[in-house]
Amino acid sequence: MADLITNFLSADIRTATPLILAALGLVMSERAGIVNIGTEGIMLTGALLGCLGSFLWGSSFAGALLAIAGGGLMGFIFAFFTVSIRANQIVVGMGFNIFAGGFTITLNRLLLSGAKVSGFPDYPIPLLSKLPILGEVLFNWPIPVYLTFLAVPLSWFVLHKTNTGLKIRAVGENPKACDTVGINVFRNRYGVLIYSGMMAGMAGAFVSMGQLSSFTEGMVAGKGFMALAVCVFGNYSPVSVMLAGIFFGAADALKYRLLTTSIGGYYQFLNMLPYFITIVALCVFARRSNKPAGSGIAYRKE
Amino acid sequence: MAEYILEMKNITKRFASVVANEDVSLSIEKGEVHALLGENGAGKSTLMNCLYGMYDSYEGEIYFDNKLANIQGPKNAIDLGIGMVHQHFMLIPALTVIENVVLGLKDNKRVLDLVSAAEKFVQLGRKYNMEIDPWIKVEQLSVGQQQRLEILKALYRNAKLLILDEPTAVLTPGEVDGLFEMMATLTSEGHTVIFISHKLNEIMKICDSCTILRLGKVAATVAIKDIKNRQELAALMVGREVRLTTQKAPVKLFGEKLVVKSLSCNSDRGLPAVKDVSFKVRGGEILGICGVDGNGQSELVHCITGLRKVTGGQIFINNSEATNLNPRQILKLGVSHIPEDRHKYGMVGSMKIDENLSLISYKEALYSKNGLLKWKWIRSHSKEVCDDYNVKTPSVQEAANNLSGGNQQKFVVGRELERSPSVLIAVHPSRGLDIGATKYIQSQIIKQRDNGTAVMMVSTELDELIELSDRILVMYEGEVMGIVEQKDAKRETLGPLMAGIKE
Amino acid sequence: MKKKTRQGLISLGFPLLSILVVLVLGALIMMAMGYDVGKAYMSLLNGAFGNRNSIGETFIQVTPLLFTALSYAIALRCGLINLGAEGQLYIGAICGSMAGAHLSGLPGILHILVILLTGFMGGALWGLIVGILKIHFGASELITTIMLNYIALELVSYCVTNAPFKDMTKGAAPRMTSVTDAVKLPSILPGTRLHAGFILALIGVVGYYIFMWRTTKGYEMRVIGLNPNAGKYSGMNIKSNGLLSIFIAGGIAGLGGVIQIIGLTYYLTEGFAANLGFSGVAVALLGGCHPLGMIASAILFGALNAGGVKMQLLAGVPSASIYMIQGMIILFAVSRELFKWLGNKAKALTGGMANG
Repeated sequence: MADLITNFLSADIRTATPLILAALGLVMSERAGIVNIGTEGIMLTGALLGCLGSFLWGSSFAGALLAIAGGGLMGFIFAFFTVSIRANQIVVGMGFNIFAGGFTITLNRLLLSGAKVSGFPDYPIPLLSKLPILGEVLFNWPIPVYLTFLAVPLSWFVLHKTNTGLKIRAVGENPKACDTVGINVFRNRYGVLIYSGMMAGMAGAFVSMGQLSSFTEGMVAGKGFMALAVCVFGNYSPVSVMLAGIFFGAADALKYRLLTTSIGGYYQFLNMLPYFITIVALCVFARRSNKPAGSGIAYRKE
Repeated sequence: MAEYILEMKNITKRFASVVANEDVSLSIEKGEVHALLGENGAGKSTLMNCLYGMYDSYEGEIYFDNKLANIQGPKNAIDLGIGMVHQHFMLIPALTVIENVVLGLKDNKRVLDLVSAAEKFVQLGRKYNMEIDPWIKVEQLSVGQQQRLEILKALYRNAKLLILDEPTAVLTPGEVDGLFEMMATLTSEGHTVIFISHKLNEIMKICDSCTILRLGKVAATVAIKDIKNRQELAALMVGREVRLTTQKAPVKLFGEKLVVKSLSCNSDRGLPAVKDVSFKVRGGEILGICGVDGNGQSELVHCITGLRKVTGGQIFINNSEATNLNPRQILKLGVSHIPEDRHKYGMVGSMKIDENLSLISYKEALYSKNGLLKWKWIRSHSKEVCDDYNVKTPSVQEAANNLSGGNQQKFVVGRELERSPSVLIAVHPSRGLDIGATKYIQSQIIKQRDNGTAVMMVSTELDELIELSDRILVMYEGEVMGIVEQKDAKRETLGPLMAGIKE
Repeated sequence: MKKKTRQGLISLGFPLLSILVVLVLGALIMMAMGYDVGKAYMSLLNGAFGNRNSIGETFIQVTPLLFTALSYAIALRCGLINLGAEGQLYIGAICGSMAGAHLSGLPGILHILVILLTGFMGGALWGLIVGILKIHFGASELITTIMLNYIALELVSYCVTNAPFKDMTKGAAPRMTSVTDAVKLPSILPGTRLHAGFILALIGVVGYYIFMWRTTKGYEMRVIGLNPNAGKYSGMNIKSNGLLSIFIAGGIAGLGGVIQIIGLTYYLTEGFAANLGFSGVAVALLGGCHPLGMIASAILFGALNAGGVKMQLLAGVPSASIYMIQGMIILFAVSRELFKWLGNKAKALTGGMANG
C-alpha cells in the first residue's frame, strides 16, 4: 500500500514539475499582459537543447544551461515580434511552435539521433529522504525539482512584495497608465518574456532528461499548452499554480496506475485523461478574476 | 516682470501628415490658473502630452523654471515637478490606492515599503482635505474620488505645475465647486495649474488667463479680466461669430410615443442601477436626461433599446408592450438609437461606409433578398444618405475609420434618422465633436422633433440640454430627481438635483 | 500612382518580401547545419514544379491546406480562433471513412455525397463542442481546440488498432478499413495522383467568398467578428452566430479530412494529416483570410511541402526543416510594422551619426 502511494505521488510530481516550471514563467508574462502559446515550442526546443548540451559536454548541468539559454533567446525573439513589432501574439506563438517542430527534428537527426545522454541525477536530501513515503516523494529528486518548488514561494514574493512585481502587474492591467508614471513598458515585457522563455526551456529539459534521458521527436506533446491551462486554472497566482500543476500530475499518474488494470486495453482513452481534465478545469474556472485587463493587447506609444 | 514657471517656445508636433501643433508658444506665470481653450482637435491635449514627455519627438523648446528642459519621457517631466491628470484616468482599478500611488517612483526600494508610503500619503491627503483610504482597491472608489486620487498622486511626486485635462467632465456641479476650491488652495500655496477645457463659463469663473488654440495654432492669449463674456471667448475659439443659442420652434405635441413605468434594472455588477423610474415622452418634444455620467442613464437607455434586462416595471413604445424585447424587435417598433459611444456600439471601424450604413436595416426588403445583399442598391443609397447628412468622404467604399470623428458621427446619425423613427434616443450625440458638427447634428435632432418624433436625449453638457430640451429629467443614483420645464431650466435649479438634493 | 493601386502593391509586396527574407534566413540556417544550400533549394523547386508529377504533388498538398485554411478563416471572421482544424479534420475523416468502407447499396455519386456529409458533420460537431464550451462556460477556445486535437489523435490511434474500425486484413499496418473503389475520387491530371478533391477545394473557396461577402448571414458574422457590441446593438444574436461559425469551420476541416481519404490515401492511418491543421492557420493568415490570398499562400505552402520530400531524398535535408521555413513565414507575415521599425532604427542611427 505504501508503495502504491509512493509510486503514485512520485509519478505525480515527476509530471507536475515541468508543468509548474513553465507555468510559473507564464504567470509572470501573463500578468504583464502577454499571451504566449509559443511555450510549447520553447519547451520542445529546451528538451532538445538539454539533451544536446548533455551530449556535447557530458553533464546534465551543461544541458540545463543550454536549454535555459536557448529558451531565453526564444523569449527574446518572441518579445521582439510581439512587443516591438506588435504582431499578433497568438500567431507569433504558433509560428514558434511550427518552427520549433521543424528545428528540433532537423537538429536531432543531424546531431543526436535519439542518443542517450546523461540525465539529471537524483539528489536525495540526507536524513529526510529516509522518511517513509514522504522521504521518497519529497526528498529524493534531481535538483531541478527542488528548484521548481522553491521557485513557487519566490515567485509569489516577487509578484506581490517587490517593486518589480508591482510593475509587472500594473503593465498587464493598464500599460498606458504605467507609461504616464515613467515605467518602461517595453523593457518590462521583454524581461518577463525572456524569463518565461528560460523557465519553459528548463521545463523542456526536464521533460527529456528527467526520466528517459533522450530526445524523441514531438515529445512535449501538448505539455506547453497544458502549462498555459495550469496557469489559468491557478488563477495566475504562483501558489495556486503549483496546486493546479500537482492536480494535473495526479491525473497523469492515475492514467499509469490504470494502465495495468483491465481498462489497460483502452489505453488511448487513458491518454486522453489529462487533456480532458484540462478542458473541464477551464470550464469550471474560466471566469477567474486575476486575468489582467490588458491581456493580449500590444502597447502602442503614440 | 512676471515670473514664468513654464515657457513653451515654437512647439510643432506632427503625426504622419497631420500637423497637430504648429509653432505654438505659451507662457505660464507662477501661481496662476491658466486655461488652454480650444475645440476638439485643436491640439490642446497634444501640446500637453509634448510637455509631459508622452511623445518621442517634436520641434521647439521648453523652459521650466527658467531652465531649458530636456523631457524625454514622463519620468523627466515628473522629476522637474510637472504633474498631469489625464481626461481618462491613468489608474489601475485592480490595484490598491497606495500601489497606484507608488507605482513607478524612482526611490522605490526593491522590496516595497507600502506602510510608510501609506502614512505619507494619508498626511498629504489630510493637508488638502482629501482623505482616501490607501488600502482599498481603486475600483471601489467613486469617479470623483478617483480624480482626487490622481491629483494626490501628482502632489505626492512634488508637482509644482499641475495639468488638469477636462477635469469637470465627470463631476456634478457641487463636485466642480469642490475642485475649484482645491485649485484655489493649491495656487495660494504657490502651485500653478493649467486647466484644459472647452467649457467657457468655467474658464470665465476660475482662470486668470487663457491661451486659445485653433487648428493647431495659437489664436490668442488673453487675460480673463479683459474678456467681457463667453461669446467673446467662443468667437476667439472658432474664429467667427458663434450663435450660442439654438433657435427652436415652440413645442407642438402629439401622442405619447414612449412610456416608461416604474422601471428598474441592475448594473453589470448586479447592483441596482435604475430605481423605479417613470416618465413619458410625446411626439414633437425633446426630453433631456440630465445627470453626471454613471447615474443610471446608460442602463436606462439600454433597457429601452433592448440591450439590458429589465428587473421591474414596463416600457411602452407606440402603445405596444416593449419590455425586455430584443434589440431587433425594438428597432422594428420604430425606435432609432444614436449610441453613446459610436466606436463601441455605433459602427464597425474597419468596415466600409456602405457596410456600416446597412447595420440596422440589412434584413429589410430593400437591402437584401433571400439572404443575399443587394450591394448595388446599398451603395447608391449610401451615397444619398451621405449627401443628405453632410458626410465628407471621397467615396462610400472608404473605411469608416478613415473619416474624422465628426463625419463618423454624422453618418451614424444619418443612418438612424433616415429611418424616420417615431422614437429617437440620442445619447451624447455631439460628444467629442467640434462646434460645426455639433450644431449640425443638433439641428437635425430638432428637425426630427419638429416632424413629430419623440426625442429622448441623454447628455452631460448642461448647456446643450438647457438649449435643446423642452423638458429636462434629472437622474441621480438611478432615481428621477425631478422634471423641469425649459423655462425653469437653469444651472441653479438643475445643479442641486444633479447632486441628489431634492427640494 | 493611384492610392488604391499603391495600397494594393504594398499589401502584395509585403508578403512577397517576407517570403524572400525567410528563404534567405532558411538558407543561412541550412548552411550553418552543413547542408548544401544550392542542392537543397534546387531539389525543393524541382519537387514542387519540376515536372507534371511534381506539379500534381504540389496541388495534392494544396487541397487539404485550403480546407484547413478556410476552417480557420471562417471562425476568425466571426471572432473565434480555431486552432482545432487538425482534430476536426481527423474526426471528419474517421466518420467519412466508416461511411466509405461500410455502407453499401448506394449509387456512386450518392455514396460520395453521403461520405462528404458524414465527414462534414463529424468535424462540425467536434467544432461545436468548442463553441458550446466557450458560450456557456467562457472556456477559451485557444486551449480547448488544442486539447480536443490531442483527444482526436488518441481516438484515431484507437480506431486504427481496434475492431470494428480497424482494417482486419492480415499483415496490414494499423489503419482503418479502406473505402470502397466506387467512391474513390477520379484523377484530374492524368499520370499524377491529383484528384477531384482539388476542384472541391476551389469550390469551397468560392463558397466562402459568396457566403462571407454576399449573404446577410456572412455580413452578420463579419460584424460580430469585428465589433460584437455593434452586432448586439443591431439586434444580432452573438451566441448563435458564434456557434454557427465554429460549426461550419469544423465541418469544412472535416470535409478536408474525408476528401483526403477518398481522394488520396483511401484509408486512414495515424499521422496521415500531420501538421495540416496549423499549416492551414498559416496559409489563412498569410493570405489575409481573403479567397485569392489563401489560394496563393496555399500554393506556396503546398509547394514547400511537396518539394520538401524531394529535398530530403536528393539533398539529405530532413523534410521537417520545411516547418522551420513555414514558421518563419508566419512570423514575418504578421509583422506589418517590421519595416516601419527598421526604418525608424535606421533613421535613429543615421541621425545619431550626423549629430555625434
